[in-house]
Amino acid sequence: MAAPLIFARALRYDWDATPCLDLPAFELAAGEQVFLHGPSGSGKSTLLNLLAGVLVPQGGELRVLDADFRKLRGAVRDRFRADHIGLIFQQFNLIPYLPVRDNVLLPCRFSRRRATRAGRPEEAAAQLLAQLDLDPALWARPAAALSVGQQQRVAAARALIGRPELVIADEPTSALDAARQAAFLDLLRRECAASGAALLFVSHDPRLAAHFDRALAMHALNRIRPDQGRQAA
Amino acid sequence: MTPLVRLAAHSAWNRRASLVLAVGAMALSVMLLLAVERLREEARNGFEQSVSGADLIVGARGSPLQLLLYSVFRLGDASQDMSWASVEKLSGHPAVAWVIPLSLGDSHRGYPVLATTQAYFAHFRTGEQRPLVFRQGRPFRVVFETVLGAEVADALRYRPGDRIALAHGSGESGLAEHTDKPFTVVGILARTGTPVDRTVHISLAAMEAIHLDWQGGAPVPGFAIPAEWVQKFDLRPKTVTAAIVGLKSRAAVFGVQHWVNQNRDEALMAVLPGVALAQLWEMLAQVERVLFVVSALVVAVGLAGLVAVVLASLDQRRRELAILRAVGARPRDILALLMLEGAGLVLAGALSGLALLTALVMLAGPLLEARYGLALAATLPGERELFLLGGAIIAGFAASLIPAWRAYRASLADGLTPKI
Ligand SMILES: Nc1ncnc2c1ncn2[C@@H]1O[C@H](COP(=O)(O)OP(=O)(O)O)[C@@H](O)[C@H]1O
Ligand SMILES: [Mg+2]
Repeated sequence: MAAPLIFARALRYDWDATPCLDLPAFELAAGEQVFLHGPSGSGKSTLLNLLAGVLVPQGGELRVLDADFRKLRGAVRDRFRADHIGLIFQQFNLIPYLPVRDNVLLPCRFSRRRATRAGRPEEAAAQLLAQLDLDPALWARPAAALSVGQQQRVAAARALIGRPELVIADEPTSALDAARQAAFLDLLRRECAASGAALLFVSHDPRLAAHFDRALAMHALNRIRPDQGRQAA
Repeated sequence: MTPLVRLAAHSAWNRRASLVLAVGAMALSVMLLLAVERLREEARNGFEQSVSGADLIVGARGSPLQLLLYSVFRLGDASQDMSWASVEKLSGHPAVAWVIPLSLGDSHRGYPVLATTQAYFAHFRTGEQRPLVFRQGRPFRVVFETVLGAEVADALRYRPGDRIALAHGSGESGLAEHTDKPFTVVGILARTGTPVDRTVHISLAAMEAIHLDWQGGAPVPGFAIPAEWVQKFDLRPKTVTAAIVGLKSRAAVFGVQHWVNQNRDEALMAVLPGVALAQLWEMLAQVERVLFVVSALVVAVGLAGLVAVVLASLDQRRRELAILRAVGARPRDILALLMLEGAGLVLAGALSGLALLTALVMLAGPLLEARYGLALAATLPGERELFLLGGAIIAGFAASLIPAWRAYRASLADGLTPKI
């Protein structure tokens, strides 16, 4: 069996002196779609920042695509993120004054690998936007002109352009109503599967677990409880 | 680097309203800084160009600077007259090569009238020892002929053959005019960039002639001497304002100066133009320094405004910066982005300042030249101006490091999730 996409052992992260994460083990296989849920404050975003190489764990082992994140310099982790990871947040995913199409193309501007893998980036962007049901009339408009639901689909297109190995979504549906949540989730899962990207989908809402093959609870992964962290502080 | 440049441009365009104001303020401040410098430079140049061949300027005893300013630059108040006898005595001195007597006081449409002799056309030098050149026509020969400086002819659209009336005293309007004795334009001098351009030249005899029937600055009522009769009078001048003296050898300059200053018939003084000018610069140096400090402070205020506008935008842009981090921008890309923005704004401010100055000089230059004889040319910036411009730009780059550094720190701390 090939090495997992994400491999973490005894992963520890403290905010200043306050313990936030202590994960004995966490793994994600290539192309796998995993749902991770936990209440607010349980360390989900902190974990995603670690996986994206923005934060560095204080202890344990963390490998993404066999790259040892504890050994890589910050700039190399930034480059790695640009090359291999697509990110979607809850809100404020887009640069408001940039046209929709330019927002989607941003990863190709910072990563040669993504640009190369996208083939003709402009065409790839158009194709993704079309697959995500975004009206072509909107493509040249500034991102701020779009509804929240439309913006989330643009963010998904941006995360997927250039076929990164991993897409990380941090509560991307929390600002949407129930009907749009489900629709967006299905679109995102379909597109990740189509481009072969693994999907790590994070939410505080456990009900969304029904859409995924594998669901993990933060409290099952993390030995630190939110209240415990606060006590230590 | 290119995507960063495009992003910086896009981001700046998005905030153009506040940025245009800040850049405009900086442009105005830079314009002021450069304008002060250019005025200073041009004033100095103008003065130094105006008296290049003269060894001494002789006039009634008083303030050397006042004599120089009035006789050469037509600035300030008339000094006392000196007698024609003294001029003749001066001409007779063995060390003296030539004497140009100057008689001032009248004007034509705001331009000073200078009465002098043929020696003026032969010996007066401007710039780097350049003699006066006729653009059109010739020197005056008979009484009611006049030679115009280039600026006078251009501004008033005079050509050889035109007839003009001179006014008594100097000023723009409401003056008694010598309308009964019009002058014919016989020559127009080529441009020199000195007060010569603004001068109406007539002969000393003509100066006497137009004042024959005048007394105490006004026509004598019921007593008028027609122009045809003036030749019958003795038109030799009794007094002149000053005399410019050229020596056979510069070595004699202190000897002749001493001889003039010791003259017993009349209280005279001989002034070395260079010495008097140096005295002027020394007086002005303090003022120049104050002006420089004030305009440098204004530039500092302009820069502070620019930095404040960029700083104020940072809080709104932390999400934007987090997005850039998410797609792979390194913190130092964020630093570069903000520095690029700062540099672009500072350059835009500085270059617009230079452009504003050029526009101002083109618009106001003719007025300044006509009024004050300051020939401000819309030329390329001089060495010191470039130095000041470079200083403002470097100060601007340094100042824009403040918001860049703040953004860098913030994006390091924020990561992908700015806490706003
Ligand atoms: N930038 C930060 N500085 C200090 N503490 C932080 C920071 N971000 C998160 N935390 C702390 O880490 C804990 C987990 O937060 P977070 O990872 O955002 O949880 P979740 O995404 O599950 O809501 C919280 O107690 C929070 O206060
Ligand atoms: Mg969170």
